[in-house]
Amino acid sequence: MLRLEPRIRPSALVELATPAIAVLATILAGLVLFAALGKDPVEAVRIIFLDPLFDPYSRSEILIKSCPLILIALGLSFGFRAGIWNIGAEGQYVMGALAGGTVALAFHGAGGPWLLPLMALAGAIGGCAYALIPAFLKVRFNANEILVSLMLVYVAGLFLVAMVSGPLRNPQGFAFPESRIFDEAARLPTFGDTRVHIGIAVALLAVFVAHVVLHRHVFGYAVRLSGAAPRAAAFAGIDRNRMIYACLGLSGALAGLAGLFEVAGPIGQLQTSLPVGYGFTAIIVAFLGRLSPIGILFAGLVMGLTYIGGETAQFLLRLPAAAISVFQGMLLFFLLAFDLLTRYRITRTRSGPA
Amino acid sequence: MMELGINPVALFAGLVVAATPLLFAAIGELVVEKSGVLNLGVEGMMIMGAVTGFAVGVSTGDPGWGFVAAAGAGAALALVFGILTQFLLSNQVATGLALTLFGLGLAALIGQPYTGIRSPQMPSVFIPWLSDLPVLGRMFFRYDPVVYFGLFLALAVWFFLGRTRAGLILRAVGENHDAAHSLGYGVVRIRLAAIAFGGACAGVGGAYLSLARVPQWTEGMTAGAGWIALAIVVFSAWRPGRVVLGAWLFGGVTILQLNLQASGVAVPAYYLSMLPYLVTILVLVIISADRRRASLNAPASLGRPFHATG
Repeated sequence: MLRLEPRIRPSALVELATPAIAVLATILAGLVLFAALGKDPVEAVRIIFLDPLFDPYSRSEILIKSCPLILIALGLSFGFRAGIWNIGAEGQYVMGALAGGTVALAFHGAGGPWLLPLMALAGAIGGCAYALIPAFLKVRFNANEILVSLMLVYVAGLFLVAMVSGPLRNPQGFAFPESRIFDEAARLPTFGDTRVHIGIAVALLAVFVAHVVLHRHVFGYAVRLSGAAPRAAAFAGIDRNRMIYACLGLSGALAGLAGLFEVAGPIGQLQTSLPVGYGFTAIIVAFLGRLSPIGILFAGLVMGLTYIGGETAQFLLRLPAAAISVFQGMLLFFLLAFDLLTRYRITRTRSGPA
Repeated sequence: MMELGINPVALFAGLVVAATPLLFAAIGELVVEKSGVLNLGVEGMMIMGAVTGFAVGVSTGDPGWGFVAAAGAGAALALVFGILTQFLLSNQVATGLALTLFGLGLAALIGQPYTGIRSPQMPSVFIPWLSDLPVLGRMFFRYDPVVYFGLFLALAVWFFLGRTRAGLILRAVGENHDAAHSLGYGVVRIRLAAIAFGGACAGVGGAYLSLARVPQWTEGMTAGAGWIALAIVVFSAWRPGRVVLGAWLFGGVTILQLNLQASGVAVPAYYLSMLPYLVTILVLVIISADRRRASLNAPASLGRPFHATG
């Protein structure tokens, strides 16, 4: 009979191996899923996971998709480590895009090199301020931050529609619910003739800074301690309320920045189709990256790959768009399931329970 | 109704119908949480119920079978959560989120061929004589059977939790799983049963959206109803009677908001549509503010993993 035996300390090797195992298990489950949908499973897996890697255009698109995922997941990972669950990143992403986008529109026709930094600042502040609402309600009134931040996602989506249908609507746009196209000065610079924008570089920098903060700074120590031993953290004098503000504010700022990069980068205007679920997919990215900045970098790239491969598969195999969300959901399931092996080992007992 | 502005009797009837999906989902989650498990996947289970119920209802032509299938689909998805959290000891918050993300995707995949079709008609139960009463008839006696079943279910859960031995055991598991385990109760088995029940209820609630309330299938149609149901459980302080009250409160906000939109109030529709979400936040704040009272009735082992070491 098999039984679980707690490990004295989590196995570092298994911890590194589980994401890879989870990806493989998802691919295997994907074969079954595609066969059930009446598609050639091997071809589908090849199109989604391999082909984009060998095509230069797809490679650059993977980077574009990964940028918001990495930025948002980095912010979330700090809170998740400390047991503070911001699941409203999608809303903060929208609010950041709106705040930064409003700056771009306000200086329409009057831009300069100072405009982009100002927009980025506004985007980060917008996302941060929006995330501080659940933080404040948690600290002051003990309201559950999971539910409040999630409710605010719906509010942000509706607010975006209200803004682009009203005050921010393009005056020459035939009443379409979208803003003007941003000026050249309000668009992110790109690398060469690709669509890859400067946001990728910022995301890489953020990974580096997050890594240093998590492992070398006292804030990172406080975050790790709060997650590993909440009571010890309290005795060590780590203020839980300040932790809540810091974790939610940080993740909101990064989500807001990601939103601004999206509108000032690939999209180029404010429109109602802005929220596409990056804020939720980033939750998967954070876990796939084991809540560590370096891991999140790779996880974001893998998830970007499934997006791009999924789009090709939609087109070539007429695979439904939702199949990719199923895929991503399965990945998280497998990851959580295999996580068991980092904390427990499976042993065999000779007889049943005495 | 439109030309008269807002008619209170019609408003009440609309409120009861709008509250029904929330009532099912919240009463199911109440039982799950009472057993000490926090399943944040209600939204995912609801939408799976919505799509399965609709698909089966359309293909059999009988909404009844749709509800049965929806309960099955909700319970099946819930058991995925159950296996992960109870046997593989995964984090309940993360697993619940995964359940929601997975359910939303899978439902969209399954529902693709069903977009834009109308569902079979739900029969209303016209109780003879009572339903002909002038005002009361319309307020209380003209709903479809599922509405009555939801209220009955709330009553049954109240009786089960508070008045039966099995309910007492379930609550004991939720309060202190180690103590319940040492008394010889199967903690994991009881929790799995509760999780499956919660999933079935969420499934039925979702199917009520797609088969009766809307009635058609659109992607993402639950629009946060599962999360509002979670908020209702907090609002109810884990009491079945107050779950009904909470569901009616949120149903009322939804209907009032829709009526205001229809009556052409000068406020743009997007702002009115925010109301249910904003009210949810407001209610959470008011209920949670009194920390002592909010946690008085909360199951003590809520969300804590259980691993029998003996």
